[in-house]
Amino acid sequence: MAEKWTKHKFNSKLVNPANKRKYDVIVVGTGLAGASAAASLAELGYNVKAFTFHDSPRRAHSIAAQGGINAAKNYQNDGDSIFRLFYDTIKGGDYRAREANVYRLAEVSVKIIDQCVAQGVPFAREYGGLLANRSFGGAQVSRTFYARGQTGQQLLLGAYSALSRQVATGKVRLYPRTEMMDVVMIDGHARGIVTRNLITGAVETHAAHAVLLCTGGYGNVFFLSTNAMGCNVTAAWRAHKRGAYFANPCFTQIHPTCIPVSGDHQSKLTLMSESLRNDGRVWVPATKENAEKLRKGQIKVSDLKEEDRDYFLERKYPSFGNLVPRDVASRNAKYVCDEGRGVNETGEAVFLDFRDAIKRDGKQVIEQKYGNLFDMYKQITGEDPYEVPMMIYPAVHYTMGGLWVDYNLMTTIPGLYSLGEANFSDHGANRLGASALMQGLADGYFVVPYTIGDYLAQTPPKKVDESHPEFAKVAQEVKARINRLLTINGKKTVDHFHKKLGKIMWNHCGMARTAEGLKQAKAEIQELRKEFWADVKVLGTNEELNLSLEKAHRVADFLELGELMVDDALNRDESCGGHFREEYQTPEGEALRDDENFAYVAAWKYMGEGQAEELNKEPLVFENVKLTQRSYK
Amino acid sequence: MKLTLKIWRQKNSSDKGGFATYPVDHVSKDMSFLEMLDVLNEELTEKGEDPVHFDHDCREGICGMCSLYINGKPHGPLQTTTCQLHMRSFNDGETITIEPWRAKAFPVVKDLVVDREAFDRIIQAGGYVNVNTGGVPDANEIPVAKTIADLAMDAAQCIGCGACVAACKNASAMLFTSAKVSQLALLPQGQVERKTRAEKMVAQMDAEGFGACTNTGACEAECPKGISITNIARMNREYFSAVMSSDNV
Ligand SMILES: Cc1cc2nc3c(=O)[nH]c(=O)nc-3n(C[C@H](O)[C@H](O)[C@H](O)COP(=O)(O)OP(=O)(O)OC[C@H]3O[C@@H](n4cnc5c(N)ncnc54)[C@H](O)[C@@H]3O)c2cc1C
Ligand code: SF4
Ligand code: FES
Repeated sequence: MAEKWTKHKFNSKLVNPANKRKYDVIVVGTGLAGASAAASLAELGYNVKAFTFHDSPRRAHSIAAQGGINAAKNYQNDGDSIFRLFYDTIKGGDYRAREANVYRLAEVSVKIIDQCVAQGVPFAREYGGLLANRSFGGAQVSRTFYARGQTGQQLLLGAYSALSRQVATGKVRLYPRTEMMDVVMIDGHARGIVTRNLITGAVETHAAHAVLLCTGGYGNVFFLSTNAMGCNVTAAWRAHKRGAYFANPCFTQIHPTCIPVSGDHQSKLTLMSESLRNDGRVWVPATKENAEKLRKGQIKVSDLKEEDRDYFLERKYPSFGNLVPRDVASRNAKYVCDEGRGVNETGEAVFLDFRDAIKRDGKQVIEQKYGNLFDMYKQITGEDPYEVPMMIYPAVHYTMGGLWVDYNLMTTIPGLYSLGEANFSDHGANRLGASALMQGLADGYFVVPYTIGDYLAQTPPKKVDESHPEFAKVAQEVKARINRLLTINGKKTVDHFHKKLGKIMWNHCGMARTAEGLKQAKAEIQELRKEFWADVKVLGTNEELNLSLEKAHRVADFLELGELMVDDALNRDESCGGHFREEYQTPEGEALRDDENFAYVAAWKYMGEGQAEELNKEPLVFENVKLTQRSYK
Repeated sequence: MKLTLKIWRQKNSSDKGGFATYPVDHVSKDMSFLEMLDVLNEELTEKGEDPVHFDHDCREGICGMCSLYINGKPHGPLQTTTCQLHMRSFNDGETITIEPWRAKAFPVVKDLVVDREAFDRIIQAGGYVNVNTGGVPDANEIPVAKTIADLAMDAAQCIGCGACVAACKNASAMLFTSAKVSQLALLPQGQVERKTRAEKMVAQMDAEGFGACTNTGACEAECPKGISITNIARMNREYFSAVMSSDNV
């Protein structure tokens, strides 16, 4: 396993340097994965066209990542190694990821930090001038690199600067405010895309020798999530409908530390970085009675003495304490709230308390570490976390599922690749903190630039011709769908449907799932989808900036994806990582895996409108780790 | 809360545009400013009127996509982004005027949406270190004093929102440009191209039609990320030492 990547690189075919300029590559999405891939491919000499629905690559949702990025540098001399990062990631993912992919990820992680530093990313430093690290959930070493609470921002701006440099040289042509609407296939290979210009509405075609989808995650299927408002599944879903398998769609991550919902108007949920769990202690009142008094305002937090507080993570998991992986922390927060011990008005919140950390280290140290997060919390809730404990509750955060890809990051459609959160690759059933940034940049800087050569070397460099009838045909289908949405003229807004879908997903396909609930969800989604296509109201025309039309496309795709997620969750008769089926748990309430029957990747194939999707199983073989019941006790 | 909104409506870049007035009730103090506009848009859509277009995405104060000139101030009364502004900052019965950023280099696209691609072109002119992927030294071979790293990070926090331009009577982009120039001028990685970088980025800034800086400090006062005007002074030093000594440009 340790040599696989080196050997694979050696055995891959190469495109000779002079020939690279004869190949065109389309990169859809310019977040961490897309921007790093587009820049690196252009540096190699390929002609790149990069697309984003944002007005600038700097807006991609990677920008919002706060906590940090992992790398097996072992700068702290605390026993880290590539194997340990590999092991932690496989274990954290509850043994539902491919060994070889994860090992490669750990292997290239060290190069990412080097690359980012060379670009001028201002990572946090020690007084001696060397890089600082912090620890993150699911690990017992300190391997997370960070730039205050804005690591994603700084990494994205680094990748954006590399991309901008290539735009300046003319090797990358950038198409902002341009949304990919479909993939064009010729003779079974991906050979281009159809886009909509979001300002003019123009439907356009673009040809290339390969297409990379780096379009992020689909957490917004839940309506409320920590994702940005624009995050969507459209690009991946259209590729799925053209033949790309969709893997493990039900593996979604619920993040334990988010600001609780405040009312019906809520449009998104805000994450408080996981790094806060390094110093904050999670607790609820030990008794229901006190929790109720607290909710009613009859007592204050400060009235609760030490023995009245239940630090439930520290109690149940003495060795990892507040730093247990996300799924474990989230589920336990749900349990204590279900017991009636939640602390805010809705009863759906637990405390994250910095009192002891401030006492121990002083306010200044805490401010240094988390100042901007504390400010953000205060801004949103109106409460000062230096004075009173924060309130947090789990929220949808990340999607481990995505387009199925092979070791080369190619989907089941030849010539179509998927990178970053959009693919399913490295996190199994649960992603560890600070590993998504690592994966996005690994895919873009250090994997695809090698693996794409193997495919292109076997593809004739002849220009792909946009006059091929397939382009016009797909463009026509896209226009027909736009027209259909604009002419339904129903009564309900797009958001109405999105919110309803979100509720169904959260209630039945969220933190805890049951066969019965999932079956009910499936029926409800089908009903809602019918209603959408009969009664949605999309105003305006195609030939203008039209936010409701943009959103209608995305919600229409979520309405299909939602059903597949439910199918996948129903199929997986086990609990693993973020997928918790109540029927399958240990007596202590931990996820109970069924390795005999479910140690596989579920890759779903689209079979046509109204048809059940076909399940394909990729068996997961573990040769380097022993499958154990995850324990963080 | 009940409010009256006076909002700039403009169909497209060639339309003249003008204000329209909308009453809104049922506004709660916990809503963010953008959620308040969401509620208005749902009502407008239900009535069959075109919703108000505005830019936004992360709603966490980090993507820099939201804008809005609220009661004569970019991002409204607080020194934060519009998405992080909450209705508890306003009073019941108030009239709120909402306009797009106004600057020659930021043409209006529709309603409150403006085109800020000029910022991207300034970065493309030189806002990077010329390194290719791979072949770079080990990260710890480039030590950076903590104080310097912190200063660079202060500058690097710019979110590219454009409030500095909107706040400036000359629509100058000095604060934005200087933030990037400073970050890279401070760090050892940025030294090699230090001279040409400031020159090229300033030239692009001028070419985009941004105005000159007359040191009023309005940009710093409105910047949601607290980018300091000391960055402008640093950029000026970079720029003058570059034009004095280089044969470039
Ligand atoms: C609040 C928050 C905090 C996080 N913190 C951390 C952290 O501390 N550490 C960590 O490792 N991970 C973190 N993550 C996860 C991590 O940020 C993301 O998984 C990762 O950045 C995704 O990168 P990406 O490049 O795959 O996608 P994105 O950054 O989402 O980029 C998607 C791109 O695709 C484009 N796009 C999408 N659809 C289309 C289309 N149809 N047509 C054209 N363009 C399209 C978008 O415009 C955008 O450019 C966090 C996530 C969130 C939400
Ligand atoms: S300097 Fe401040 S106001 Fe100007 S673009 Fe950057 S963050 Fe916005
Ligand atoms: S919406 Fe991203 S900064 Fe306001």
